[in-house]
Amino acid sequence: MTTPKIRIRGLKKSFGDKVVLDGIDLDIAPGTSMVVIGGSGSGKSVLLKCILGLIEPDAGSIEIDGLDLARADRAEREAARGEIGMLFQNGALFDSLNVWENVAFGLMAQGRMGRAQGRAHAASMLAQVGLAESVGDLSPAELSGGMQKRVALARAIASQPQILFFDEPTTGLDPIMGAVIDGLIVDCVKRLGSTAIAITHDMASAKRIGDQAAMLFDGRVIWQDSADRLLESGNPMVDQFTHGRRDGPIHMALRK
Amino acid sequence: MNVALDGVAALGRALIAACLVCGRVALFGLSGLSHAVRPPFYGRMFLRAFAEIGFFSLPVVALTAIFTGMVLALQSSTGLARFSADSAVASLVVLSVTRELGPVLAGLMVAGRVGAAMAAELGTMRVTDQIDALRTLSTDPMKYLIAPRLLAGLLALPLLVLVADILGVMGGFLVATAKLGFSSHSYLTNSVNFLHWNDVLLSLVKGAVFGLLVSLMGCYHGFNSRGGAQGVGAATTSAVVSASILILAFDYALTELFFAR
Repeated sequence: MTTPKIRIRGLKKSFGDKVVLDGIDLDIAPGTSMVVIGGSGSGKSVLLKCILGLIEPDAGSIEIDGLDLARADRAEREAARGEIGMLFQNGALFDSLNVWENVAFGLMAQGRMGRAQGRAHAASMLAQVGLAESVGDLSPAELSGGMQKRVALARAIASQPQILFFDEPTTGLDPIMGAVIDGLIVDCVKRLGSTAIAITHDMASAKRIGDQAAMLFDGRVIWQDSADRLLESGNPMVDQFTHGRRDGPIHMALRK
Repeated sequence: MNVALDGVAALGRALIAACLVCGRVALFGLSGLSHAVRPPFYGRMFLRAFAEIGFFSLPVVALTAIFTGMVLALQSSTGLARFSADSAVASLVVLSVTRELGPVLAGLMVAGRVGAAMAAELGTMRVTDQIDALRTLSTDPMKYLIAPRLLAGLLALPLLVLVADILGVMGGFLVATAKLGFSSHSYLTNSVNFLHWNDVLLSLVKGAVFGLLVSLMGCYHGFNSRGGAQGVGAATTSAVVSASILILAFDYALTELFFAR
């Protein structure tokens, strides 16, 4: 059996009394795009941040290519996490840098490229997400939401990572721009041969991006299957969520 | 009895909380400074912070110093005249400006201008995930964001203090010679005779300490801000207030340590 690219076992994380992740088990095969769905506050972003090392889990293990990150030494851990590119929900572009510096930031900061080479590389990355080279001289504040997402995508793929994370990539975009971003994501993942995890509430986006899908509820994975079966999963909780039904087994905590 | 115990318990909790904050700030500062002396170095970030603290604060520090020196000469002349000691105006102005007012006023002005800006910038980076984005791009935020700012504060404020000292004394000189009837030669001679090199040196030491405090408070509160726009606003306020209080407290401590006879 092939070693999963990412293997998560018994992952737990609490913030005070609030249990966010309660024993997550998840395997993601190499070259697979996994879409993670779930309600707001179900722990999707915390899951990604645990894998990225931005949040320390309370228990459980995370393996990348068979390397247990908790047991690995610092250099191995940083090398493994250096292979992950991340597209943040709001883009998280650096305000103080212009677009091309944002795109080439990681490579220049690691000393893998000088400024001239970084600028040329950024132009090529911008072209891959459908942006002209001249956009590189603008500041992030001068871009529309869709362009910011494209620049953030260009930054995420600039180092040609083996793993890509997308945190709600189409949130705040109109349906056409959402479809454009999804198309770019699929193209980039295929071109790089990367393994991807995408978090989304947008079912159309989930079906476009994902090969596999999983749903989180109450800090656990309650369903995992092919992304094609998202709208007809046979699981009442997943069906309620994907069809946006008010009534069903999931009760939102509303104060009356 | 229970009320007394509750009071002691509350006091104890407050004391422990204060110690925790002091420890966190100290560890944050030490970590930032240790990154400043270990490669890789981000020279552009240092130069940007140095220009922001040193160069762009020059106008406000210069104006504050000149007017303070002028007011000091006027007030001291009025007070000293009652004891027929108006000849001491020059020495009072030069010592007050160099030992106290130059470093303290420069520190407070920079705390209001730069400390607030640092906290707001870093706080915004925190709440918009830019600091997390740095980590995902294999860049240590302590090294990239904090170390250059701490180093810039440490090195830029002594230069500002030197400018403030010179302009403060010049402000006093202008009022003394133009309005109070002092001869420029005797005023300058008195000023130079009373000023010891130790005064200038320790003025610069105060500047370095205050610069570090301003940067540390701006960075600490901004870096650890939480909760969106309100959190950024609170971080900015905390940075300015804590830096101002620490400047005054450290001013007393340094004066006690070096100047008290």
